[in-house]
Amino acid sequence: MTKLIFERNVSGANSFQLPPLDIPAAEGAGKIPTHLLRETPPDIPSVSEVELIRHYTELSKRAYGVDNGFYPLGSCTMKYNPKINEWAARLPGFTQIHPYQAPETVQGALQLLYDMGNMLGEITGMDHFTLQPAAGAHGEMTGVMMIKAYHNKRGDFKRTKMMVPDSAHGTNPATANVVGYEVIEIKSNERGLVDIDDLKAKMSDEVAGLMLTNPNTLGLFEEEIQSIAAIVHEGGGLLYYDGANLNAIMGVCRPGDMGFDVVHLNLHKTFSTPHGGGGPGSGPVGVKAFLADFLPKPVITKNGDQYGFDYDRPDSIGKVKNFYGNFGVIVRAYTYIMAVGHEGLKDACQQAVLNANYLRCHLQGKYHIPFDRLCKHEFVISARNQMEANHVATLDIAKRLLDYGYHPPTIYFPLIIKEAMMIEPTETESRERLDSFIAAMEKIAAEAMDDPRVVQDAPHTTVIGRVDEVTAARSPIVKWEA
Amino acid sequence: MNIPDELFYTESHEWIRIDGDKGYIGISDYAQHNLGDIVFVELPDIDIEVNAGDQFAVIESVKAVSDVYSPLSGTIIEVNENLEGSPELLNEDPYENYIAVVAFTDISEKEKLMSAEQYEAFCIEEDKK
Repeated sequence: MTKLIFERNVSGANSFQLPPLDIPAAEGAGKIPTHLLRETPPDIPSVSEVELIRHYTELSKRAYGVDNGFYPLGSCTMKYNPKINEWAARLPGFTQIHPYQAPETVQGALQLLYDMGNMLGEITGMDHFTLQPAAGAHGEMTGVMMIKAYHNKRGDFKRTKMMVPDSAHGTNPATANVVGYEVIEIKSNERGLVDIDDLKAKMSDEVAGLMLTNPNTLGLFEEEIQSIAAIVHEGGGLLYYDGANLNAIMGVCRPGDMGFDVVHLNLHKTFSTPHGGGGPGSGPVGVKAFLADFLPKPVITKNGDQYGFDYDRPDSIGKVKNFYGNFGVIVRAYTYIMAVGHEGLKDACQQAVLNANYLRCHLQGKYHIPFDRLCKHEFVISARNQMEANHVATLDIAKRLLDYGYHPPTIYFPLIIKEAMMIEPTETESRERLDSFIAAMEKIAAEAMDDPRVVQDAPHTTVIGRVDEVTAARSPIVKWEA
Repeated sequence: MNIPDELFYTESHEWIRIDGDKGYIGISDYAQHNLGDIVFVELPDIDIEVNAGDQFAVIESVKAVSDVYSPLSGTIIEVNENLEGSPELLNEDPYENYIAVVAFTDISEKEKLMSAEQYEAFCIEEDKK
């Protein structure tokens, strides 16, 4: 085990010296009331610079990201983040500006935001975008708040419920709940798609809308999307698109054309910006024109060749983020779109779908595949057979993958599939890389039959084996004590 | 799989034990087994009114967070506070450790619940999915 930084404390080891003050000392420091001042200095470990660097370098080697290897985390779209994105985000014209600067001095940055909104609109078939939300769930909240504002503006206060399929990402019901809706679950049918009869039965004048991911978390395209849209719209509700799986349709078809009224995107998924470790993310939200008045303010405007902010938006749901969103992330996503272009986006989508189907076809026979037909960018397999044969669970297989050098897929999700493993390779993986992953999965399937203990006791090669999740959840220790 | 005969069951895997004009509600052995190690139980407030099928408690396991639904309509009159400190009781004995007690208003709703025999058949079907 690596020592904690606190355990590396050696009194006096930190000999770092600040230079003498060459400006007048700030006045006012003595004005803080004494009861607000701490009496003892904070417990900051004393470590020399080289030991500090070694500590964090050692930790960084333990991290695993898409730059280390294959990372098929379903629904997370862990695609490679091109380094040109970093070059662009570090251009001094972007890094040396401040959000409080006058708009006329930051025209380039505003133009980028304005153009980005338009490009995302073109990709999704929506009329207007806000780039403020900080990540996906924040985008969902922004979108659902606009749906609520729309119904309220019409004096339609009866709509207190939001529909969500049982295969949805957990953030969907959570979002609806946070915005104040009662969540109604819509069943999936035997094909893994929205059960149209259940949807019809539950749609009413008390329902504000339906939150839908298309393709859904099983990687299956909602073929009845136009009927779904008609049922929701005829009932007076709005249709919300969770953009988690946009990589599956990007450049090929558009949520706006399917009848969606509100869309959120995850730039940190579909548009190749950093993802793990907090990103930070970016969750732009697009709306059809009839919802534009409710967009968060300020809205970026263009008059002639001048870009600026419009704060005069009386029906706006207000600001949802300080300043204008995670600007550096938006620059990276903008760079990605400009670098690959129209055809590149479509090609990325098609390669992602091809890679997913390639994996699916090669895992057939070794693993149970509940919906074994053409999928989009991801698919779900189950360890049901391994479980029945030798009590080898999905968790065991995921842990065993660590021994083979892979980040495991998403497990135990979606909830409607037992022993689920949700695999999303993304477009950036080569056939050779996919083949080596298939080989590892085949080996594990064989081990599960011939030598189940080696799987059940995995991982064998990592610094820490199985984490005691039960004790961690029941009696968490959340701070270090000497 | 343990399915006591004297209880009634729901498709969402709750059981209810009728005792005069109140009912003890818990989750089935099948439910606790499939949830895995339970790490947290969010109990309802006393005196809240529930309709049959309303969510009234939340169970968090290492695998998932699940809602618990009331088999009958009525008022929650008692909760099992032992579960707050010891959620694992639901794993250890899901029938001894109820979650809450409902003073039900309409015993005829019981007709919609499953007997032990029906519930066992239902679970077997669930496993095939």
